[in-house]
Amino acid sequence: MTTPILEVRDLKVEYSTAAGPAEAVSGVSFDLAPGEFLAIVGESGCGKSTLLFSIAQLLTYPAETVGGSVKFDGVDLTTLSAEELRQRRWRDISVVMQSAMNALNPTLSIAAQLADACRAHTDWDDDKIAHRSAEVLNMVSIDVTHLKSFPFQLSGGMRQRAMIAMALLLEPKLIIMDEPTSALDVVAQRSLMRQVENLRRELGFAVLFVTHDMSVVSHFSDRLAVMYAGEIVELGSTREVFDRPRHPYSSGLMDAFPSIVGEMKELTGIAGNPPSLVNPPSGCLFAPRCQFATDECRQFRPELITVDGLAVRCHLVNPRVAK
Amino acid sequence: MKRPHLLRLLAAAGRFLRRDKKAMAGSIILFVLLVITAFPSWFTPDDPAAEIYSPGMALSWAHPLGTTSFGQDVFSQLMAGTRQSVMIALVVGFLCTILSVAVGVTAAYSGGLVDDALSLVTDVILVIPTFPLIIVIAAYTKSASFWTIVFVLVVTGWSYGARQLRVQALSLRNRDYLLAARARGEASWYIISVELIPPMTSLIVANFLGAALYAVLAAAGLQFVGLGNVNTESWGTMLYWAQNNEALQAGLPLWALAPGIMIAVLGSALALLNYAFDEVSNPALRPVTTKRRKKAAA
Amino acid sequence: MTDAVLKVDKLSRFFRVGGFRSAGTLHATDEVSFEVAPGEIVALVGESGSGKSTIARVLAGLYPPTSGTITFEGEVQGKRTSRKVRGRMPMVFQDPFGSINPVLRVGHSLHRSLKLHRPELDQAGRDAEAVALVERVGLLPGAEVLRRYPHELSGGQRQRLGFAQALASRPSLILADEPVSMLDVSIRIGLLNVMKGLRDQEHVSLLYITHDLASARYVADRMIVLYAGRIVEEGTTEEVIAHPEHPYTRLLMATAPDPRLPLSHDTDVEDLGEPPKVINPGPGCRFAPRCPLAMDQCRISTPALVSLSATKRVACFAVEQS
Repeated sequence: MTTPILEVRDLKVEYSTAAGPAEAVSGVSFDLAPGEFLAIVGESGCGKSTLLFSIAQLLTYPAETVGGSVKFDGVDLTTLSAEELRQRRWRDISVVMQSAMNALNPTLSIAAQLADACRAHTDWDDDKIAHRSAEVLNMVSIDVTHLKSFPFQLSGGMRQRAMIAMALLLEPKLIIMDEPTSALDVVAQRSLMRQVENLRRELGFAVLFVTHDMSVVSHFSDRLAVMYAGEIVELGSTREVFDRPRHPYSSGLMDAFPSIVGEMKELTGIAGNPPSLVNPPSGCLFAPRCQFATDECRQFRPELITVDGLAVRCHLVNPRVAK
Repeated sequence: MKRPHLLRLLAAAGRFLRRDKKAMAGSIILFVLLVITAFPSWFTPDDPAAEIYSPGMALSWAHPLGTTSFGQDVFSQLMAGTRQSVMIALVVGFLCTILSVAVGVTAAYSGGLVDDALSLVTDVILVIPTFPLIIVIAAYTKSASFWTIVFVLVVTGWSYGARQLRVQALSLRNRDYLLAARARGEASWYIISVELIPPMTSLIVANFLGAALYAVLAAAGLQFVGLGNVNTESWGTMLYWAQNNEALQAGLPLWALAPGIMIAVLGSALALLNYAFDEVSNPALRPVTTKRRKKAAA
Repeated sequence: MTDAVLKVDKLSRFFRVGGFRSAGTLHATDEVSFEVAPGEIVALVGESGSGKSTIARVLAGLYPPTSGTITFEGEVQGKRTSRKVRGRMPMVFQDPFGSINPVLRVGHSLHRSLKLHRPELDQAGRDAEAVALVERVGLLPGAEVLRRYPHELSGGQRQRLGFAQALASRPSLILADEPVSMLDVSIRIGLLNVMKGLRDQEHVSLLYITHDLASARYVADRMIVLYAGRIVEEGTTEEVIAHPEHPYTRLLMATAPDPRLPLSHDTDVEDLGEPPKVINPGPGCRFAPRCPLAMDQCRISTPALVSLSATKRVACFAVEQS
């Protein structure tokens, strides 16, 4: 058993709202092994992006991490000062944002932005920076002549790959990706995912990938976590979660995908809306929408219990032991 | 559906003013000045024009700010003068805003030749140096009444706002909800007035405040130079007379300082409200308050 | 063959791009021809740059066509779209957060549509109809929803509202421009079912514009695949899905993410390329640079749409020859 590169324990994030604090992330815990690809899947508002930013220590008001720990390579990031964090950023953990058009500075060339990232985190000289910039662009199959290009001169797929190149500059051990494919067409999406996969095999970094569309990661992630209303409700190997989802929410999600092949059947999706995070229901957060909910579900909040490598948060799957 | 929107806006404005200290300060000052404008007789113990007191008196209970070289009560003059200055600010602000909205939004929405023509006019007027132009027009018209000053200030002051509003309208123009309105068959005038302008409200209000501020300072400047009607009561004309009678050298500093301070006060009130509204329309300008919650016991 | 609701003949829309000296013409959509029958859902499938949104906007009367004819309900359309046609062929937009005016109540645009297109109703009639429309698309309780502001509705609810608005004018064809692309995957099904319901119960046709083959398969009767402004393949949904002929259609099928399928590796090229921006194009197939079957002929002359069966058409020399 190798030591996990990332150990998240009981992470809690709250947003201050006019109506009171909203618990966007409620006690999330998981481990990430070195070189592992973990996908976190959920609807808008389930807290997945907040979770990601909390792990990367990038949250700002009105969001605030109010509890839990994030251990990277044994060091708890939540206890570090801003200066200590800055030294670790990009070397240990780098981030690929959702929309490259928003994350890349439209007035700077690609070379300038890569150089910017290098200078912020290293003391390399110009030659080394130029050499490394060319190297990372090659890794993502972008012609090095594009070093002089501006973001608007690149296509959407290329911009996103440039973001990944930037993330690779200092050979991080973990890359966090927040829905990097959602703005891309289907073919560009596949291209990007394959690129990420190849790079991961070659360089050995771990990936934490957040998306609302699980079909994008289904062929690439090692494990899949399903998030609902700030909690992880299911976590297991990707294939296992896809083929046999245990939690009623996960199986509802799987059923909401029309398929290209196979028989055509009427799909219904999941009725209802996610709960209020300011005033969450007592008991299981999914119970109000769950067709299998029992009185016990409505009364007691289920724990995330792991059986045979598959973690599920549901009384029906892991019955409560009455105290 | 416009009335509910207005009420909603007023309620939101009320809440907002209570929250933001700048807005609160600005509104209080403005409110006081408006009361003085509406009921000057409550605040003028004496007839401001009556030259019945001994000239050149210093502070006293009877004359809180002393008297002028002509024997008039400075305080009464100051209060009476409030009306003209505040009215100029509000009227010019209002008219400038109407003109800016009409030109800026029409230019942005119509595009093409209409936009080019209106933008050209806007830019030309923008570039003309305002104060010399004001002086020329005021000197030319000779009558120097309240409405002349208003006219002069509006003609020279609308173009800045028109540019700002045009830019914002351009950014909103291709929002899907405007396309949707066109797709369902609405007429252009309807789209402009009901769908395009309401989301621009906060910028329009900020514009109004900016124009009013400009008017206060420019009007005072004109009157100080003697281009206003020197026989009416206003802060600018007080400055004119004070200057002409060498108030500072004659040992009557309050005669000159008091109107100057009042101009600054009105200007500040408008500027404070303007900053506050800028924050409403551009959330990026809002102050980042770091509220620290006590961490829950682990 | 019943009369088509919509008949588009050689529709083109070009845009001038570039500055003063480097002016070029962007061929957003180039000589596109197709038909939509009553009570039918036709999917226009393509990636960015395919021209699918341009076609929708031209049909919705937001731009005039550069050339070509549009025949709607038997009448040839002129440059300006009449109010009646706007009512009979309304559009549903893609962005749930941008397509509703944020400062007006949700019921406002519905009431406006009713006022403009249903003159036979009086105020009371309009109020009742607005509630009925909103409930028809699954937003309950109707009267309460109509009084809300857009920020009080979720993305899925706003898109349903978009369909309610389109229904207000008693349309025969709804132009749906990527209505579910910006929604979470789990919410899309609800909207797709609304669309199916409109076809099955109200007998309304839909032109469903999308880049997602799976959702097109779920709702559409026929599919038209677009690439770089041109139609490359057309047929019934099952035909196109089960037997894609054009190399681009095959590429789309192979790269469409579907967890139930094993990952296909026949497209093992690392960079699968991107659709071009078609500025001042010459002759030749526009897919040739990326096409595994490209021949010399493909780069010189433009393949025309050839009928392979009563319902199937493909524009590809390689397919013609086999």
